Amino acid sequence: MPSIPDTADPRRDGTRRVGLFVTCLVDLFRPTVGFAAVKLLKHAGCVVEIPATQTCCGQPAYNSGARSEAQAIARQVVAAFDGFDWVVAPSGSCAGMLHRHYPDLLSDDAEWGPRAVALAGRARELMSFLVDVCGVTSVEASFRGIAAYHDSCSSLREMGVRDQPRELLTGISGLELREVPEAEACCGFGGSFSVKYGPISTDIVSRKTDALASVKPDMVVGGDLGCLMNIAGKMRRDGTGIAVRHAAELLADMTEDAAIGAPERAEV
Amino acid sequence: MQTSQAFRENAVRAIADDELRAALDKVRQGFGGARRQAAVDRLPEFEALRDAARDIKNHAIAFLDIYLERFEQRVVESGGVVHWCETPGEARDLVLRLCKEVDARTVTKGKTMIAEEIGLNPFLESHGIAPIETDLGEYIIQLADEPPSHIIAPAIHKTKDQVADLFHEHHQQYGKTQRLDDPGKLVDEARQVLRRKYIEADVGITGANFLVAETGSTVIVTNEGNGDLTQTLPKRHIVLATPEKIVPTLEDATTLLRVLARSATGQEFSVYTTFSTGPRRPDDLDGPEGFHVIILDNGRSRLVGSPFQDMLRCIKCGTCLFHCPVYASIGGHAYGSVYQGPMGAVLTPNLIGLPTTRHLPNASSLCGRCEAVCPVRIPIPRMLRHLREKGLGERLVPLRERWAVAAWAWIAQRPRVYRLWARFLVGVLRTIAGRSGRVRRLPLSRGWTGGRDFPAPQGETFMDLWRRAGRGKT
Repeated sequence: MPSIPDTADPRRDGTRRVGLFVTCLVDLFRPTVGFAAVKLLKHAGCVVEIPATQTCCGQPAYNSGARSEAQAIARQVVAAFDGFDWVVAPSGSCAGMLHRHYPDLLSDDAEWGPRAVALAGRARELMSFLVDVCGVTSVEASFRGIAAYHDSCSSLREMGVRDQPRELLTGISGLELREVPEAEACCGFGGSFSVKYGPISTDIVSRKTDALASVKPDMVVGGDLGCLMNIAGKMRRDGTGIAVRHAAELLADMTEDAAIGAPERAEV
Repeated sequence: MQTSQAFRENAVRAIADDELRAALDKVRQGFGGARRQAAVDRLPEFEALRDAARDIKNHAIAFLDIYLERFEQRVVESGGVVHWCETPGEARDLVLRLCKEVDARTVTKGKTMIAEEIGLNPFLESHGIAPIETDLGEYIIQLADEPPSHIIAPAIHKTKDQVADLFHEHHQQYGKTQRLDDPGKLVDEARQVLRRKYIEADVGITGANFLVAETGSTVIVTNEGNGDLTQTLPKRHIVLATPEKIVPTLEDATTLLRVLARSATGQEFSVYTTFSTGPRRPDDLDGPEGFHVIILDNGRSRLVGSPFQDMLRCIKCGTCLFHCPVYASIGGHAYGSVYQGPMGAVLTPNLIGLPTTRHLPNASSLCGRCEAVCPVRIPIPRMLRHLREKGLGERLVPLRERWAVAAWAWIAQRPRVYRLWARFLVGVLRTIAGRSGRVRRLPLSRGWTGGRDFPAPQGETFMDLWRRAGRGKT
């Protein structure tokens, strides 16, 4: 795999032009996370743009072994995000796809390979970007209650995201953050794995929801919507009554809407 | 006997098995994380050691032929013999011949996965030779007539009560009629039964963790000392190994041993580490009269130069199994293959082909923990993806799945169509969910909704909302 250069920090004039990679799951299921990301990035002094030609990062194809389809989608994303200082996604998984896998995927492509490497160097997960690049140390948000943070596998192992979300979340006034046992274990989502091997995926997520529930949180937060939908879906089915949200919603103080998988008003 | 083709059914059965669940929970809590981590934390240079271990194996694989020849030369010099086998069948026949030459009636066996790979026990039995497993775990599953469910902990799926029942049933013939349930006493009883087997055995068969080119030595690690008795007491010692076990020097072997035990069991070193170099010399007090090393390829040399070459670094520590969420749910037998878990999902299709094993690389969430803990840094997820690609190319994937990926990829490459599709999908899901926030049953997605609700979309797509807010210009 070619090495990924670390792109230089802010531009000379001090503003960072950020292309927000919304991600397909946020687009489809949780627009609030997109707006929360915009709010957080702007607050951190970034100029945010959202290229209209973006769809998905191509992971479903890549992980199914459909390499040429994944390559085509990767080229589309590389083109859509040309020219930004940074490309930020509210997901460790999609950011990891851009940061870690595009260079590998397009390594044999003389034209697109180098562009993919350049994009990879500028691609970051939202919360780590806020802390590591923008130097954000606090947010203006409040939440009264106990939260448990779920480490997603890609954030943790592909994007080096571990302390940054904890740092940001503990800055929320009124919030008590609790560590979850076996935090490094997968929630069992795995994209289409969750449907193709449903019983295994369901069994894995039961262990995760048990671990999360064991610290008695009011809310589970995380940085990847895939995991969160999986966890929320399991918790809702089991009737645990624990709310699940993307961490960006909490950090941006945008929690008016119902939590993930929760009823909009009392279910009849 | 479970097969990889029936993987899904095996998995469902495994998940419903409460005794297996109890055993697996113990395994996960004991080995999956904490033990290894504690051992790693005690050794600040562990990460550097992993790099060194990876480099040693890469070097040995790059010069495989040279080191294997040197190994053979040294074995011959010390009075032993090296045999080369291509296929499991050849290896089985050879073992049988080597046993018959000394009129063997019983053979003791140390732990060896290669014997599993070639199906040695049933083969020897069918020729009137009784194989006796001496590793406690292997002994337990031999009594239960089951294959190993973990490459380093073969009976890890058994609870203490199940072991007590097995011993009670099988040890009566030795006058041990009381059912024991204290683990220490159970081990003691197995030891007493096995002790006389060692003395009666004509041949001892072991595996090898490493083959050392420099000295012609084979290396095994055990925690019970059974390997030493297996290889020193009988007339003939047969070592079953594969080519990629080769390392250049003793120093290299010790570097690998340092990462092996820590990764496998969280120990700093295994209790017994045994180097065997040739048969008994004239002034030795004990040792076998004959020393035979069988090196079985069984498709491994094909991996050199392929996208799966890195898999040859594997030192069979089993830590990827201990850390795998899928293994933690279904245990080892459900894989239906000799090698289980993440390493097995890469190795097995490479050894016996994808058509019968295509589920193995697909049944993974690609969480990456296997790679994160692998002592020789094998990029397992990358190879699982590669196998998925191969499976798709060979049309081993059901038509519905192939079609779904193709259709989705077609849409994803057309942003305008994609927006329409997204709007439609959100609309449908919203209609089903109403204001409940969830979908309880979804067509074509029973895998998900069988055990979980599917969270409903919030309302409209982000892109529509963003455009409507007038901020969509780029």
